[in-house]
Parts: sequence; structure tokens; C-alpha cells
Amino acid sequence: MKALVDWLDSRTGIRDLMHEALYERIPGGARWRYVWGSTLVFAFTVQVITGFALWMYYSPSAQTAWESVYYIQYQTAGGWLLRGIHHFMAQAMVILLALHLMQVIIDGAYRAPREVNFWLGLILMQIVLGLSLTGYLLPWDQKGYWATRVATNLIGVVPLVGPALQQLVVGGADYGHHTLTRFFALHAGILPASLVGFLVLHIALFRKHGIRYKLPPKFADTSFWPDQVLKDAVACLAVLAVVLFLCIRPMFSGEPEPGVPVTWGAELGAPADPSNQYSAARPEWYFLFLFQFLKLFEGWGESGELLGAIVIPGAVMGLLFLMPLIGKWNLGHRFNIGLIVILLAGVGYLTFAAINEDYQARWTDHGQFAELLPVIEELGNDEEKIHSHFAGDAARIAEYREQYQAYEHYRKSDEYLKAVEAAEVESHRAIELASGPEMIPLTGAVTLLRNDPLIQGPRLFAQHCASCHTHLPPPVEGAEPSPLLAKASAPNLYGFADRAWLTGFLSADHIAGPNYFGGTAHAEGEMVGYVKDTLSGWEPDDVRKVVLALSAEAKLPAQAAADAKDSAEIEAGRALIANEENCTMCHKFGDAGELGAAPDLTGYGTREWLIGMISNPMHERFYRDANDRMPAFAENENGEGNLLDAHSIGLIADWLRGDWLRPAREEAAVEVAAEKADADAPPPADPPTNTEAAAPAAAPAKK
Amino acid sequence: MAKPSQPAVKPGDDAQERRNFFTKVAAVVIGGFVALIPAATGLAVFLDPLRKKSKAGEMLPIAPLGAVPDDGIPRQFPVVAEHVDAWTQSKQPIGAVYIRRLPGQEKPECLSATCPHAGCFVAYDKPTDTFKCPCHNSSFAVDGAIIEPSPSPRAMDSLESEIVGGEILVKYENFYTGKAEKIVKL
Ligand code: FES
Repeated sequence: MKALVDWLDSRTGIRDLMHEALYERIPGGARWRYVWGSTLVFAFTVQVITGFALWMYYSPSAQTAWESVYYIQYQTAGGWLLRGIHHFMAQAMVILLALHLMQVIIDGAYRAPREVNFWLGLILMQIVLGLSLTGYLLPWDQKGYWATRVATNLIGVVPLVGPALQQLVVGGADYGHHTLTRFFALHAGILPASLVGFLVLHIALFRKHGIRYKLPPKFADTSFWPDQVLKDAVACLAVLAVVLFLCIRPMFSGEPEPGVPVTWGAELGAPADPSNQYSAARPEWYFLFLFQFLKLFEGWGESGELLGAIVIPGAVMGLLFLMPLIGKWNLGHRFNIGLIVILLAGVGYLTFAAINEDYQARWTDHGQFAELLPVIEELGNDEEKIHSHFAGDAARIAEYREQYQAYEHYRKSDEYLKAVEAAEVESHRAIELASGPEMIPLTGAVTLLRNDPLIQGPRLFAQHCASCHTHLPPPVEGAEPSPLLAKASAPNLYGFADRAWLTGFLSADHIAGPNYFGGTAHAEGEMVGYVKDTLSGWEPDDVRKVVLALSAEAKLPAQAAADAKDSAEIEAGRALIANEENCTMCHKFGDAGELGAAPDLTGYGTREWLIGMISNPMHERFYRDANDRMPAFAENENGEGNLLDAHSIGLIADWLRGDWLRPAREEAAVEVAAEKADADAPPPADPPTNTEAAAPAAAPAKK
Repeated sequence: MAKPSQPAVKPGDDAQERRNFFTKVAAVVIGGFVALIPAATGLAVFLDPLRKKSKAGEMLPIAPLGAVPDDGIPRQFPVVAEHVDAWTQSKQPIGAVYIRRLPGQEKPECLSATCPHAGCFVAYDKPTDTFKCPCHNSSFAVDGAIIEPSPSPRAMDSLESEIVGGEILVKYENFYTGKAEKIVKL
């Protein structure tokens, strides 16, 4: 061994090198306060190692970035941990940087002859921030996409060169493949390479000048190895422990296991979609202060953004660079310390303000607005109304304004939190679909969401159907029914055509109520009369059979097991429906009855039936001229001039039917629920208030 | 490790010096040249995006007129277009717009959903009948006018629209954000 080392030494001088590296003198002995620099080097090393591993999977393009990150996170062994470490270590690095910087300034370690090294440190800080900014975009999820849009748009306000600069950073006029390839080249190539270069210089200069100690050393000098190395190692261990804890923290809040679409490690939002409203866009938490800072420039016009995003942050950076020169005098040094304390306090305050603005609804009691709400609803922010309401009483007007502001803040935060929740639902769904049997199409994961009834159904419904219809689950026991129900002019379509829905429909107490025909012209129609006068005299069991049979027509996925089980009763029900003295007096059902008087019951509630109904309720299969105000959404077969395209109508139909891809484990749960619902099925005349019977059919697939 | 000490080259006579001068010039020129060629090529390709124009300004069909009732309430629509992204081309949503029609009017008013402050997606707030940006709190009246104080330097960007055969067409464009004036991104 010794011979080998001798041989190597004679060719490389390794012994001297090692000696120099390890036996650097530390005046006053090893100290905990010297560990920050080493932890930073450690953190960077971890980023390089995990980064290389991530690189082997990552693919930067608009159709593969999210997809490959998804693959790392959910399909590779330990990928979630790898990404988690990379993600949280990046954040740790920013914190360590701040600590390191603060210590250097407080200790005056930036003064002569260490000025250049201080500047190198500041450059390193910029590089690290650049790394985190570029890294945020790479998963190409909604969060990163929208945050980066804002960041790159801000570059555009730089005078003269802004637009060109922006175009260079984005890699073209629009965001896309080249934004990713550029950000990735920066993130994995240019920035880390420059970081290594500056780091080498930084450490070399540090070694040249030695540690700067403030007070006369209390202890004897030691060398770097092993005393300081041990302390450094312990500090690195602590950093790593925190990072690992952050990776597995969902374990302590009861989340299942990694791999299930939950956030062990780093979270992955839904794939980027420029047409999808994303109200939860926020930068990484350590940039929140800049984000909040921009809000302060209300009413400043163009110059506000320039000041807030470029000039002031630039000036602050400039001041930091000047510190060694300012610090030449003792007063200057105090100024520097004051400056850094004020800066950090400002950053802290702005960060807190940003968080408070977003999250205050969590800790605000909604009840406090109960009395105020009707007033706000009436007056809003309307000068005139407010004035006349308070009869010009200035004090009361001022009080109202204050309350109004408080409420608006609350509402804004509430909306933000809802947007965050919606974003989470969407990202879980994207992951669920990507993990489904069909995997991700070549067009990328964003198409999965665009074609998913569970995500698009509610949106389309809200936009096109909700001005008349509701889609409200039965209220939980003891709760008031939603006020929306009374306002609606058309049936509640929650659980449409399932057993519970039809049970209510065929009940004399409910058919003319707000869940069904209450708001429509049909409230006075023949069907309501028939249910009230004739059907109410039937044997309850016969009504039940009709419900089962008609509901079975719909072939609802959630009812498949129950339908199979009740086939005998369904047969009996079909016979009852087809009997020309019953339903087929007016309705057509299979071969029995005629079209024209009332909607066709053949295939009632199937996808095809629903598409037909939505496309044209005036069609002879449905209501003809008895149709009450429902628009035809796709009258023209060739698709021209239709309110909705066939794809959208299909999505609405699928959503109403609860027909969407469910992960296997949920499929099983639905079946169990359906069986259970069936076991304690309501007596026939019961209204659909039995949540268990109704829930499985259309409960959103949220766990 | 013992460092082999070699005598430094001593400045020689005039001829030697002249030769040295040429050597230096040659070294700098050749060295510079070999570095310049790859650097310049790299730079040229790096700057290529500056030549790229966004394919904006076409009239795109957004929705049938019937999808926007004349009740003065803005409705959100995705803008679907043939989109070229470097090496791929596909028909896909590239942005979103709000369209509304005032009572009794056929002509729609169209606003881009992109916030003129820094590009977030502006949301329509029904209770107050205003537009609100979820990012830095800019707010806009329902017609897009800025409600001061807002950080945005200008009103929401209105887009040209027309009705052809019962279909609303919109000229979808992107504008630079953060400017008081509406400048089209080309
Ligand atoms: S991006 Fe809309 S307010 Fe800043």
C-alpha cells in the first residue's frame, strides 16, 4: 500500500495536496459556527449526484417533461425519494446561503483582504437562485409553468433589451419545447458549471486568507482534520436528516404509501396547460417576498413593475456588492449589519404577508361575516347604494367599507385555497390517468385531462348547463338543502337515472319538487299527474321493479353489479313498463309504444340517449314541442354552428353517468358501496335522500 | 515533492525578441480564431429565437354566437389553433379569452384572459362582476378597464372580433406585459 502511495505521490504530489487540504490551521479551534460553508458544499454535491440520476430519466420537451418526471416519481423504484431529496435540498441550500451570508457580514469577514471572496460568494448566491428558478419550470406542471411565465414576463420590462432578452430566455415567442431545453441547459449545464468554477475560486481564496475570527481565540488552534471535519459532518447529517424528513413527512400525516398519487417527496402538479385557468400560481416560497413586493406598486403604472421587479432588487444587490467598501469604516460595518438585518426582516415580513394573504381564510372564522353578508350582497362596492343605505352617515360608511375590505380579503384567500385544492385534485387525477391501463398518449399527459369526463364534466356543466340545472348531492343528514336548488329551473342531475334518482322521480312527493320538475313547465304536465294519481296507488314493490328496470336501461357503471344481481326483478319491471296500460301509453320502450308523446325509454340514461337529449331535446325521441326551454346543443349533424361539439357533449354525458376511469382499488370500493347500498335499499316510495344509495353513482373519484 | 527547477527563459538579443513578438501575435491570432469559431457558431444558434415570429393575428373561430347570450356576463373560452412549437404542429388550446355581449347587441366584446401585469390567468369574479388577477391583485371592470389602484399598468387587452356565419371569430394576439401601451408580441 505504502509503495503504491509513494509511487502516486512522486508523480502527483498527492501527499502535499492532501496535507494542505486537511491540515489547514483553524485558529481558536474547531467551531460550530464555521460549518455553514461546508454544509453548502455538501448540499451542492447532493444536488449534483441526485441531479445526474434525475437527468438519466428526464426528457425536456412539452410532451415529455411532465411525463418523464411523472415516470421518475411514480414508476421508478425510489424515484420519489430521489426527486424529493433534490427538491428539498434546493430549498435547504437557499436557507444555508442566507445563514452563511448573514454570518459573513456580522463577522465582518467581507472586509479586506477578503472583498473579492465576498463578491465571489454573492455571485455564487445568484447562481444558486438561478438554479432554483430554472429548476422550478422543468417538471412542466401548472405551478412551474405559470410561475415561470410571470418571471420571464418580468424580464420583458427591462428597458430596451427586455423583449429581446425575454425571447432569448423563453427560446421563442411562445412557451414550449425550447423554453424547456433552454432552462434545462441552464439548470444542468451552464449554471452548475459556473457554480463549480466560482466555488473553486471561492474556496481557494478562503484557504488563502484563512478563517476570519472575531475575538481573540479562547482555545488552542487545531487543524481542519479531524476536529472541524467532524463538526462539519454532523452539520451535514443534520441537513440531510431535515431533507429526508421533509420527503417522508406525509407518512406522519397518515398518507398511504409512496407510489399512490400522493406527495411523498416533491409534489407534481397537473401538466401545464395555457388554456386552463390556474389561480394557484405562486413562485417557490423563497421568492414569495418578491412576488408580494410587486403588489405594493399599485397604481404606479409601468414604472411600478420596473422598480419592483428590476430596479429595487438590482439596487439591493448592488448595495450588497458594495458592502466590503462601505465596511472599511467601523460605522460602515455597523451600517452593513443594520442593512442585512433590515433586509432579512423585510424579506421575512413580505413572505409572511404573502402567506397571510393567501391562507387567512384557514384561520378566519367565516361566522363573523354572517350578519354582514346580506348587506354586502345588496350594496357591494356601489358608491350610490352605500351612500343611500347609510343615509350619508360618514362613520357608518367608513365602518362598512372596512368590513367590506375584510370580507373581500377573506373571500380572496378562500378562493385561492379552493384553487389550490382544485389544482391538487387535477394533479392527482392526471397521475391516476397516467397510471391507468392506457398510459400516456404521444400527445402528452395534458390530453388525458382534456379528455377526462371527471375533470371536464363539471367545467362544461358549469358553463353550459348550470344556469338551469343543478348537480347537487343530497344534503347530509340534518343539513339544509342548498339554496341553489330552489333557484334552479330544471332538474337536479346528480345521480341521473340511477336507482335513487328514479325512486325520487317516481314518488308523488318529489316529482314536482325542486329536484325534478319543480321549476319546469312539466310540473303541471301529464307525467306529474300520472305519478301523483296513478302510480301512488301501485304496490310499492311494483314501483321498485319499474325503478330497477328503468335504471338498468342506463347501464351505469356504478350499478353494474347491482343490475346483474337483480336481473329477475328487472325483468319483471321491464314487463311492467312495456305493458300498454302503464308507461307505454305515452312512452316508447323497445318494441312497445310509440314515439312522439313522451321521451323514449329505450336505453334511457345511456350515453347515447343522453347525447341525443343534450344535442336536441326537440327531437321526436324526446320532448318535441313539449320541450321546456332546454336549448339544442348540437342540432346540426355536420357540427356547424352547434353550441357544443360532439366531444364536449360526450364528456358531459359520461360525467353525468359517472362513467370515467377509476383506479382498480377504487373500482372495488365502488362495488362494495353499491352492494351495501343495495342491501339497505330504501323502500320504494322513499325520496332520494339516502346518501349511500346515491353517492356511489357519481361521487367524484377523490380519495 | 521536489520541484525540478528549470532556468527561466532569458530575454535574448533583438532577433530573438522579434521572433518572440511574432510568436506571440501568431499564438493570440490562432488561439483566438480556434476559440472564436465555435463560440460564434454557438452564439448564432443561441440567438436564433430572435428571428422567430409568433404566428399571431389570425382570425380564429372561438364559439357560436349562441354560446354567448346577450346578458352582459363574460364567458370564458379556450382559443384553439394550429400551433407550431419548434418541431411539432398540432391543433390545441393556446390561450383563453372572455367574450360577452351587452343586452340587445349582436357584436361581442372580447378580452384576452392574460393579465397585462405579468401574464397570469385573470379570473372573472361573478359576485362583484369584475375581473381579478389571482397573482398581484390587479382588478378590472367587466369591460376590461383597470380599477385603480392596481399594479397592472394598463387595462385588459381587448381583442378584435367579428361574426361570420353565426360564429364568433377573434384575432388572438399576445401583448407584452408590464407596459402601459399594448404592444403586440411578434
Ligand atoms: S400578473 Fe396579474 S396582477 Fe400581476
